[in-house]
Amino acid sequence: MEAGKTKIISVLVENKPGVLHMIANLFRRRNFNIESITVGPTEQKDIARMTITVNEGEKTVEQVIKQVAKQIDVLKVAELEQGNYVMRELALIKVKVDDSKERSDIINFVNVFRGRIIDVSTDSITVEITGAPDKIDAFLNLMRTFGIMELARTGITALQRGAKSIRIDE
Amino acid sequence: MTKMSGAQALLESLERQKVNTIFGILGGAILPVYDELNYHKKIRHILARHEQCAAHEAEGYARASGRVGVCMATSGPGATNLVTGIADAYMDSVPIVALTGQVPSSGVNTSYMIGRDAFQEADIIGIVTAVTKYSYQPRHISEIPSMVNNAFYLAGTGRPGPVLIDMPKNVQTGVADVEFTNKISLRGYKLITEPKPQKISEASDLLAKAERPIILVGGGAITSGASHEIVQMSDLLMAPVATTFMGKGAFPETHPMSLGSVGMHGNPAANRLIGEADVLLAVGTRFSDRATANLDTFASHAKKIQIEIDNAEINKNIEVDVAILADAKIAMRVLLQATKEKLQKGEGKAWTKRVKEAKEQLSPLLKDRPRDIVPKHLLAALRELLPDNGIVTTEVGQNQMWSALYLKALKPRTFISSGGLGTMGFGFPAAIGAKVACPDRPVVDIAGDGSFIMSEQELACSVTEDIPVIAIVLNNSVLGMVAQWQRTLYDRRYNAVKLGKSPDFVKLADAYGAQGFRANSIEEFQKAVKTALASKVTTVIDVPISSECDVVPFVPPGCGLPQQMGDY
Repeated sequence: MEAGKTKIISVLVENKPGVLHMIANLFRRRNFNIESITVGPTEQKDIARMTITVNEGEKTVEQVIKQVAKQIDVLKVAELEQGNYVMRELALIKVKVDDSKERSDIINFVNVFRGRIIDVSTDSITVEITGAPDKIDAFLNLMRTFGIMELARTGITALQRGAKSIRIDE
Repeated sequence: MTKMSGAQALLESLERQKVNTIFGILGGAILPVYDELNYHKKIRHILARHEQCAAHEAEGYARASGRVGVCMATSGPGATNLVTGIADAYMDSVPIVALTGQVPSSGVNTSYMIGRDAFQEADIIGIVTAVTKYSYQPRHISEIPSMVNNAFYLAGTGRPGPVLIDMPKNVQTGVADVEFTNKISLRGYKLITEPKPQKISEASDLLAKAERPIILVGGGAITSGASHEIVQMSDLLMAPVATTFMGKGAFPETHPMSLGSVGMHGNPAANRLIGEADVLLAVGTRFSDRATANLDTFASHAKKIQIEIDNAEINKNIEVDVAILADAKIAMRVLLQATKEKLQKGEGKAWTKRVKEAKEQLSPLLKDRPRDIVPKHLLAALRELLPDNGIVTTEVGQNQMWSALYLKALKPRTFISSGGLGTMGFGFPAAIGAKVACPDRPVVDIAGDGSFIMSEQELACSVTEDIPVIAIVLNNSVLGMVAQWQRTLYDRRYNAVKLGKSPDFVKLADAYGAQGFRANSIEEFQKAVKTALASKVTTVIDVPISSECDVVPFVPPGCGLPQQMGDY
């Protein structure tokens, strides 16, 4: 399979059980690799949006889109235009704190990265940070020096920029 | 709104779809539906002897008739036994609806609920996700009519395929208000049948200017009923027509422009001319690896036009110059008209001459009729005895490839074989299904001894249900196709291919109450076939042949189509 760069595919699906299984199974069966996938409801509650990140070449992405579009529960599928979308990922990071010096260092880093502290205990700080995945990666590298106790990342979610939308009626 | 049980709602919904036959085997979790069948005499239930065969019977019914075939099984092992048949239908785009029983989704005794590993519970929807077009599991009785409507619509339209409906037992037995509707509610199902005018224009430009056009016809042409248009196009362009294995029958193989089927065991003239063509018109084919052989050298001199109903098949295996996303028949009709308007008459003489020459030099002709009891003579003899509309099914392996090479198919839906999945044991149950769909036409399964024993128990179904079909067992006492590979590609290191002389197929037929013949010469074979055709009794004709008889020519894996080996 030809090498590619990260591409984001936005998929509108029927919001009902079994759809995620069907999509995940399709990727496995067709030998496409998912980098990340996020799912959640849209402005219409019977429709869910899946944001799928893949790292594949043009030809494979074309096949991915066609195979996904063919699924009966898929209402719409489109690749987000390169460089013309907004994307965010959210991470929750629990960091080990040994002393007050470390505590204030961590707080400073969180401020620089415009994260938020959402929980504090005597031995830990839990941070919420959103942004592009490379920003989160950079922040995680800093936190590793203190010791990451637990980490949860959501994967990428994204929308097309401007008034142009991926909607079932457009 | 009428109050009724889920089982009744299911069967009334099936009747509204004009279902007249169900192939199945019952069991605990589908008993309420079987009980309800007592009150639906319009539907004939045919008791298969293995669920896999019930699915193949539904496939045979569907492929012979063009209608949606229906099979049914209980939960757990009944459902999982259907899977091979469902996968087969998926690969060959055969419209079937599979009904399965399921353990209760809820109930008073909550220890018997879906997800608790109840007795004979299998997550059949999870299992068949990759091999069905869609599947349903009603959780409420009121959902049944619309699910059945949708299931038949999905199975039978666009690129057809299998759809499964999994019926929890409590949904079968429960009673609720049910409303029947003809509405189809599938907003995610995008069916495009009309071609884009721009694409037709581009394709007709290419065809009108073509000096060496060739038409490649796949199974989609049979599904959409495009045979007539393909003959007209061939006549218009003086274009030879090759079929894929799945397309066999879409173009009459006695037509002067027919090249037979293309591919690994294709007709040499077809394989050669595809490489010489300057424009290839592909109708309803997904360019399977068995048809194209090496992709890089496939039709490498040709501009390619692909007419295809499934967008995901366009540019999947072969990059094409013009892709027409449409129903094959509709697209061919429009394309024919557009090409006619642009065509300059009086060209293409050289190509016609070349086609004639290639056919004469390269076709596996039957100039002589030696007494040897070899497949090519047996199949030629069968063709002479079988009426044009007689239906042939095959098993998988050498018997299948010999049939593709030597048995001319004259009409669509008269050649039924497991193409994509290559399921041994397919042919005999498919023959039963085809016979149910077309009771007035003879149906013959061309089998090998290895494949036939994979579904021989359906002889019981054929005999007791009075569905007389004919099985011709080309009996070489080996698993012939793999033996051929071991002979040619593994330097004769045979392993696990010898079947010996067991069973005795004549006695086997007798044991099941069918009639059995053994043919040791072409004359005995002809006599046995004539008797079988006249007698309307299930018949097995055992024909001992050499275990070293190869299917030739043969394009070895990785090679291009013209690189065929073997004398033919």
